[in-house]
Amino acid sequence: MAELIIISTLNGVLYGMLLFLMASGLTLIFSMMGVLNFAHASFYMLGAFLGFQISQWAGFIPALILAPLIAGGIGAIVERYGLRTVHKNGHVAELLFTFGLAFIIEEVIQMIWGKLAADYRVPSFLDFSAFTVYATNYPAYKTFMLLFSIAIFIGLILLLTRTRAGLIIQASLTHPNMVGMLGHNVPRVFMLVFGLGTALAAIAGVIAGAAFVTQSNMAALLGPILFVVVVVGGLGSLWGAFVASLLIGLLQTFAIASDWSLSKFFSGYFTPARGTILFDIWTVTIAQVGPILPYLLLVLVLIFRPTGLFGTRDT
Amino acid sequence: MSGTIRSYGVWILAAVLLLILPYIFPAGASITTMCLIGIMIIFALSYNMLLGQTGMLSFGHAVYYGLAAFVTAHTMNWVAKNGIAIPLPLIPVFGAIAGLFFGILFGSVSTKRGGTAFAMISLGLAELVYSSSLILRSFFGGEEGISTDRTKLLRLFGYNFGPQIQVYYLIAAWCLLCVILMYAITRTPFGRMCNAVRENPERVEFVGYNPQFVRFIAFSLAGLFAGVAGSLAAINIELSQASFVGAAQSGAVLLAAYIGGVAFFVGPILGAILVTLLSIKLSDFSEIWVLYFGILFITIILFAPYGLSGLLMMHAQFWRGPIGSRITRLLKLFGAYIVALIPVLIMLAGAILLIEMIHHVAQKSAEGANMHFLRRNYLTVNTHTILPWLGGLAAMIGGFFAFRFTWPTVASAWHNALVDAQRSGK
Repeated sequence: MAELIIISTLNGVLYGMLLFLMASGLTLIFSMMGVLNFAHASFYMLGAFLGFQISQWAGFIPALILAPLIAGGIGAIVERYGLRTVHKNGHVAELLFTFGLAFIIEEVIQMIWGKLAADYRVPSFLDFSAFTVYATNYPAYKTFMLLFSIAIFIGLILLLTRTRAGLIIQASLTHPNMVGMLGHNVPRVFMLVFGLGTALAAIAGVIAGAAFVTQSNMAALLGPILFVVVVVGGLGSLWGAFVASLLIGLLQTFAIASDWSLSKFFSGYFTPARGTILFDIWTVTIAQVGPILPYLLLVLVLIFRPTGLFGTRDT
Repeated sequence: MSGTIRSYGVWILAAVLLLILPYIFPAGASITTMCLIGIMIIFALSYNMLLGQTGMLSFGHAVYYGLAAFVTAHTMNWVAKNGIAIPLPLIPVFGAIAGLFFGILFGSVSTKRGGTAFAMISLGLAELVYSSSLILRSFFGGEEGISTDRTKLLRLFGYNFGPQIQVYYLIAAWCLLCVILMYAITRTPFGRMCNAVRENPERVEFVGYNPQFVRFIAFSLAGLFAGVAGSLAAINIELSQASFVGAAQSGAVLLAAYIGGVAFFVGPILGAILVTLLSIKLSDFSEIWVLYFGILFITIILFAPYGLSGLLMMHAQFWRGPIGSRITRLLKLFGAYIVALIPVLIMLAGAILLIEMIHHVAQKSAEGANMHFLRRNYLTVNTHTILPWLGGLAAMIGGFFAFRFTWPTVASAWHNALVDAQRSGK
C-alpha cells in the first residue's frame, strides 16, 4: 500500500507539474489579453512532434532547446499576424481564431507525421532505473522530467518576480496603458508573452512526448483537461493554476491505481439488474471513472465556487 | 396587406422549394445530401440562438443533439417493441423534449457565467458526457451505438418511411417548422432581450432583467431545437453512436454557423448548406480536405467576421434606384471581382499544390514519386523533380502579389458603386 501511495504521488506530482507547465502559459496569456488560447494544447503537441523530429536528426538535448524555440516563434507569429488582427472583432472572434488554429495544427501534424503514433522514445542516456521503492523501479527519465519541470517552474517565478522584464510583464497585466505611457512597447510584450507561453507548452510536449504517446490526437485529449485546470484554479490566477494542476494530477493518478466500485463497497446489500444504467454505474471502477473525474470536479467547483479556487474575477 | 404577403411569402416560397427539390435533384445521393443539409440547418440555427443571438460561445452543443439522438433511438425501439401507436413523424417530439431536458439540466450549471467561462464550461460538460459514453454502456451502446429500425413503427397513410425520399419529406417538414419557430423567437421581446444580453449584460441588469435567466432560457430552447436535429439524424441513419456527442460534431456546427455568418438569421442556413456540401464533395479531391476546411474557417474569422451572409449583405446597399441601374452597378462591381479572382485562384492552386506535395512526400512515399493532384489521373505530378515545387511556390507568391496589384481596382469599383447608389437615392 505504501509503495502504491509513494509511486502514485510521484507520478501525480509529475503529471501535475507537466499540466502546470502548460497551464502557466495559458494563464499568463489569459490574464494579459483576456483571451483563452484554445490552441495551447496544440502547441504542446507541436512541441512533442518537433522534439521527435529534431531528436531523430540531432539528438534529445538539441530537441529540448530547439523545439520550444521554434514553437514559441510560431506562437509569436500567430499573435502578431493573427490574434492582433482579430482583436478588434472582440473576444469571441479571438477565441474562435485559436479554435480554428487548433484545428489547423492538428491537421498539419496529421499531414506531415500521419495519424499513427510517432516512435518517440526516451533518450538512451536517461533510459535506466533511477531508484527503487520497495519493489518498483522508478525510471530515471521520469525523475528527470520531474526535476526539469520544477526547475522551469522556479525559473518562471524568478523571471516574473525578480527581473525587470518580469516586472514589466506583471505591470502590463494590470495597467497596460500606464506601461505604454512609460515608453514600453506593450503589443511587443504581448507578443513575447504569447511566445513564452507557447514555448512552455512546447517544453512540456518535448519531455512528455518521449514518455507518453506522441500522436496527433494528444492535443484533443489534453486540451479540455487544461481548461479544467485553469477554471478550477480560477481564471487568471497563477497560484490557482499551480494548485489545480497538482490536484488534478494527483486525482487522476490515484484514480487509475484504484479498482474500487460501488458494487465492491455495497456488495452484500444491493445488486441492480444487469443491463440497466444503474448497473453500469454500480459496477464501474474508479479507474474507469478516472478520465471524467476532472470534469466532475469542474462542475462541482462551478456550482459551489463559480470563480474557481483562487480566482477573483468573474469574466 | 403587402407586408403580410412579404412576411408569409418567404415561408411559402421555402415550402414550395422544399417540395420540388427532389424533382430537381432526383439522384439518390443528392436526396441523402439534402437530408443531411436539412438536419444541419436546424442544428446550426439552434446553435446560432446561442452564439449569434445571445452571444454565448458553446463548444459542446453536440451534447443536446447527441443525447436526443440516443433518446430517440431508445424511444423508437421501445415504441416498436411494445406496439405503441406513435407514428414516426411524431418521434422528433421526444428528441425535442430530451434536448430541452438536458438543456435545462446542464444549462442551470453552465449559464451562470457568460463569456469565456461559459465557453470553457460548455467544453468541460461536453467532455464529461462524451467520456461517460464509455461507462454508461446500456444507454450509449458502447462502440457500436444504438441501432433502430424506422419502418417498424405505426404506418401513417401507408408510408413506412423506408425509402429515403419519404425521410426527406419528414426532415423537410420538421426543418421548415423549426426554422419558422426559431425565426419567430427572434422577433419576440424575449428574442430582443437575448440580443441585449449579447450586447451589454450590465445594462440589461440595470433595466431590471436577469441576464443569467435570459441566457438560461435561450440555452434551454437551443437544446430543444438541437434535440430535434439529433432526433432526425437518428431517424435518418437509423443509428445513434457516441460520436454524435463528440467534440467533432460540436466543432462542425460551430464552423457551419460561423462560416455562414452569425449576425444574420439566414447565415447559419447558408453555412449548413455549404459545410455539408463541402464535407461531402471535398473528400473526392483530397485526403486532407479537413485542413482546407480549417483554413477557410480561419480566413473567414480574419477577413470576413460576419461570414458569407455578411459578405452578401454588404451588397444590399447597392440595391437601390431604378432596376436597370441596380443591375449595371452590380455587374460593374462583379467585373472588378473577377479581375481580382484570377490571381486569387492562381495563388490558391499554387498553395494547394505545395500542401498536397508535402503530404505526398511525408505520408505516401511508398506510392512512388508520382502524385495524382486533386485525385485526378490527368494531373499527375512528379514530386521528386524540382519543377512542380518551384511552380507551386511561384504561383502562390506571384498570385499573392498580383492580387495585391488588383486590389485598388476592386476598391475603386466599390467606391464608384457606392457613390452611384447614393446619388440615385432611395
